[in-house]
Amino acid sequence: MNRFSWYEAKSVEDALKNANTTLSEELYSPSNEAAFFKSGGIDVLDFLKEGLISPKTIVNVRDIPGMDKIEHEHNEGMTIGANVTLAEIEHHPDVAINFPALQMAVAHAATPQLRNMSTIAGNLAQRTRCWYFRSVDHQCFRKNGDRCFARHSETGQNEGHAIINNGSCVSVHASSIATALLALKASVVIQGGDMKKKVVSIEDFFVSPMQDISRENILGKKDLITEIKVPAPSANTKSFYIKQVARESYDWSLADVAVVAEMKGNTCVDITIALGAAAPTPIRSYEAEKILKGEQLNDMSITKAAEKAMEVARPLSKNGYKIPLFKSIIVRALSELI
Amino acid sequence: MDTKKEKFPHGIPGYNLGEIEREIPAEDPPAWPINDELRVIGKRVPRLDARAKVTGEAKYTSDIQLPGMLYAKMLRANVAHAKILAIDTTLAEKLPGVHAVHLMHEMDDKDHLPMVKFVGQPIAGVAAESLDIAKEAIKLIKVKYDEKPFVIDLEDALDANAPLVYDEPIAEQRDGGDVGVVHDGSKGKGNLRGPSTSSFWGGPRGDVEKGFAEADVVVERTYRTQVHTHVPLETHGVVIDWKPEGMTVYASTQSTKGVRDELATYFDLPKSQVRVICQFMGGGFGAKHSAGTFGPMAATLSKKTGRPVWLMLDRQEEHLAEGNRPNSLHSLKIGAKKDGTLTAIQQKSHGTAGVALGAGVGRIAQILYECPNFTTEQYDVLTHAGPGAAWRAPGNVQGAFGVEQAIDELAEKLKIDPLTLRDKIDKSDVRKVERMRGAEKFGWSKRQPAGSSQGPVKKGMGMAQSTWPRFVHLDSSVEVKLYKDGAVEVRSGVQDIGTGTKTILAQVVAEELGLEVSDVTVRIGDTVFPDGPASGGSVVTGSITPPTRNAAYQVKLKLFDLVAKEWKTEANKLTVKDGMVVHMDDSSRKMTFKDALKSLRTGHISVLASRGDDYGGFQQSWGLAYGDLGSVQFAEVTVDTQTGLIKVDRIVAAHSCARPLNIGQLESQINGGVIQGVSYALYEARVMDKGTGHFINANVDQYKMPYAMEIPEIESILVEEYPAQSSTDAYGIAEPANIATAAAIANAVYNAIGVRIFEIPITPASILNALNKDYE
Ligand SMILES: Cc1cc2nc3c(=O)[nH]c(=O)nc-3n(C[C@H](O)[C@H](O)[C@H](O)COP(=O)(O)OP(=O)(O)OC[C@H]3O[C@@H](n4cnc5c(N)ncnc54)[C@H](O)[C@@H]3O)c2cc1C
Repeated sequence: MNRFSWYEAKSVEDALKNANTTLSEELYSPSNEAAFFKSGGIDVLDFLKEGLISPKTIVNVRDIPGMDKIEHEHNEGMTIGANVTLAEIEHHPDVAINFPALQMAVAHAATPQLRNMSTIAGNLAQRTRCWYFRSVDHQCFRKNGDRCFARHSETGQNEGHAIINNGSCVSVHASSIATALLALKASVVIQGGDMKKKVVSIEDFFVSPMQDISRENILGKKDLITEIKVPAPSANTKSFYIKQVARESYDWSLADVAVVAEMKGNTCVDITIALGAAAPTPIRSYEAEKILKGEQLNDMSITKAAEKAMEVARPLSKNGYKIPLFKSIIVRALSELI
Repeated sequence: MDTKKEKFPHGIPGYNLGEIEREIPAEDPPAWPINDELRVIGKRVPRLDARAKVTGEAKYTSDIQLPGMLYAKMLRANVAHAKILAIDTTLAEKLPGVHAVHLMHEMDDKDHLPMVKFVGQPIAGVAAESLDIAKEAIKLIKVKYDEKPFVIDLEDALDANAPLVYDEPIAEQRDGGDVGVVHDGSKGKGNLRGPSTSSFWGGPRGDVEKGFAEADVVVERTYRTQVHTHVPLETHGVVIDWKPEGMTVYASTQSTKGVRDELATYFDLPKSQVRVICQFMGGGFGAKHSAGTFGPMAATLSKKTGRPVWLMLDRQEEHLAEGNRPNSLHSLKIGAKKDGTLTAIQQKSHGTAGVALGAGVGRIAQILYECPNFTTEQYDVLTHAGPGAAWRAPGNVQGAFGVEQAIDELAEKLKIDPLTLRDKIDKSDVRKVERMRGAEKFGWSKRQPAGSSQGPVKKGMGMAQSTWPRFVHLDSSVEVKLYKDGAVEVRSGVQDIGTGTKTILAQVVAEELGLEVSDVTVRIGDTVFPDGPASGGSVVTGSITPPTRNAAYQVKLKLFDLVAKEWKTEANKLTVKDGMVVHMDDSSRKMTFKDALKSLRTGHISVLASRGDDYGGFQQSWGLAYGDLGSVQFAEVTVDTQTGLIKVDRIVAAHSCARPLNIGQLESQINGGVIQGVSYALYEARVMDKGTGHFINANVDQYKMPYAMEIPEIESILVEEYPAQSSTDAYGIAEPANIATAAAIANAVYNAIGVRIFEIPITPASILNALNKDYE
């Protein structure tokens, strides 16, 4: 780890004034003058320890007043401050009651210790865990290199990688919480350098490698997430989330799914199905949603939806198993809505 | 040698316990009765250093701080195969805070820049005022490589056109942990070495062709196991202080004397000038017998700077360069008659220990079952990857994974219960009792036919067994000292690598002297004391406890001589009981042990004893004792056939180590072995990129280890057995605890899903791939 200076941001404005880039930009084209944000510090520290980046200044946004609250308004929904920890979300009673999928996703992310430290903004802005991307010895597309090591049909170690939208970088996004937020149609509130507020849907917050290989989200040089908004569910909404791992104590997901449906009896009035660890960004399966919208949820329809969701899958050399895996957990999650 | 005849308990209590007469050296103590009749032996005596360890008071090697100490870091190659053209250390040397830079190859051959043969090979070392400065300095060293093609995959390396790892023959290799296994590097061509076809135990016999002709059923299969690193919590490393009068080495090691001998030889110093100290060890599992490359590097940097040097590796270096369990590609053909009698076993294996030798499948196939016709061919394949090292029961864990699945498959073909088949073909009494008691505790009778479990989430039961030799390390000595003030001290160079050696030495002495464990001070892990055994091969308990008891007994007799003179009686009329020296014929004549020692004319008396031959002799004079260390493990698993998730719910582990000395510590060893077995079966695997030659999960996140939720309920059964082979009649348990687990789990997975998986680790991907052949 290199030596760096530490800036303790006192306000949103102060933070924006003192940052000059994002971790991702610095990684893609190192300036050696970088000053970027750190909240919980979990992911930032990993990058420093692996020697992947050498910032000049760390701008600590963790203690900016007013960014650590969860507010719930029955008609409006929930507002989660950027610095709210995963543990706080996990244990908040309004989350469990109104957004079970989110509570389940958060409770299954990382470990209890990490959830005490990690913030929701840091979680959404963390980078992929692809082992090539995280290795100083592998200059991949995402680090301004000339290839994707994981995609190579003979040498790529890609068991955990994408089965959908995997034509460029084949990594999957690391946030399993984003899957639930996507299904819940959450949005991210961002304060720009000009102090203008942007509200961006989770779907637009994440950037696919085809759009821009150097980043995984839209955050620019002077963009600070201030809060996450989760809209109030309509009446009779049910939600569920499943994260499938190889090791239950803690593990990155092999596949995860969040389903949110407005039900009328057994009929599905509206539904969102979001998949994590399937593609380089969390994705919705609009095709599968279409099959269920306005239909009865039963064994046949949900199996059909799960099959549909995987029709677009194009596995790499070692991750074909993800197809039956996704089908299974999609069916299981949807079954919970009946 | 004067001898005497002594009666010993013999056999298994509750099964066939009897008595046997042995002719033993006249100076050895009389036989101990079975554990039920002893005071501190065979009891749950708390670990002496438990408190120090859990409070953080215990100082491990990395905690050592010496005045003026410098921190060192090694630069390692980041290419798999290259000729080094130039190394420029100018910038590193100029960095403020750097005291010395040394190039690895200059230790052996100053004139030639070396070849790099694996990612992680050490190239240079830097000593600086802080670890951060040392890390910064190694980044400033510029190495110019001429990169060459490389090969890291076992099967690719066998290709006729594969890049060669060595183009010259290489010597046989052994290290302290790889007990009795010899790998011959002189035979073979290309990257292939061997085969080794014989063994000190088992070995080729009969005529396999004839055997298969006589068979009614034959099972023929190929099994694969992965490369598995050791991941000790404490990485490899040393703190070395080289002064003109000699060097002091604090080492995280399984062999204080091994490190001393290596460094003395390396630097051409008398052994008396190298002192090696290891007070606490954070795990070794076979990989920590040697001074490695970091030892000579730290010593050289200390010599160059005149300051103590701290050199502990980080987790990545540990994974890359400090040993691993080689993988295996293991083919077995086993023939049997209708009644289960084995007629032939044919075994062939390939494995890679990277740039080293030592990849075999051990002795399980050759020795576990009766079989008149047997051949084995075990090949080493060289690859451009980090060297393998001994790893808890080297070879045998890979071997058992195949053999115990093949035996299960045979049982199924013969329609015989796996336990019944083993009763027929396994001649060990101990394992027979282990099978009986284990099956009872486990509930084996509830096991259902393979694949009959209903629903998507299936339960399965399986078992597997193992054998490991009773090795004795003959160069094992210990001194027991009694002080005039009543203090009792045990001294030996033997290290306690976490198994509880300190505690059992105190127990043995306390039992012999009629004292409490807390009355005994144990000083070990330092080469100023008499040489102890290396902690490898599960030899420590069997090697060091008999001389410890003998020394305590003999020093007690010295004390009795003094007391007898004072009491005007015969020394052989005296005994010890509850901290007192007592007259056998008149129990009113007694004095405390402490008071008895007041009559010493010198400050202390002591006896140094060394390990003698086993009573009844050895199978082989170098220290292969009769009998074996058998185990039978039972596994219950849950397999979710829709997600591939496997959970090991329960392991019942029945083990024997002759006379158990400390029940709690033995259970800890079994727990540790089982957990590592679960991890080997389901989680851990080195992942290499064939394109770059890099080990891409060299951390403890993506290199998966089991945590709390992955640990099954572990119940252990200790079968006491008295072979009457030494004054303590105890042997070790560490390695046997790790051998059968993966095979038992694989058998249980098969029982659950009805499809056999031939490769570990068994992951959700492998389960789903086995069950869904149609998704592509
Ligand atoms: C072993 C391990 C297992 C894990 N498992 C999971 C898992 O299963 N699922 C999961 O979802 N996550 C998992 N995580 C991720 C973890 O939960 C954290 O969310 C994540 O590491 C980052 O959170 P942080 O608050 O520490 O962010 P930091 O490390 O402080 O920041 C991460 C990034 O976000 C940027 N950033 C931080 N705050 C802001 C802000 N307000 N505005 C704009 N940019 C900002 C930083 O500049 C940086 O680029 C795991 C992490 C580890 C180490």
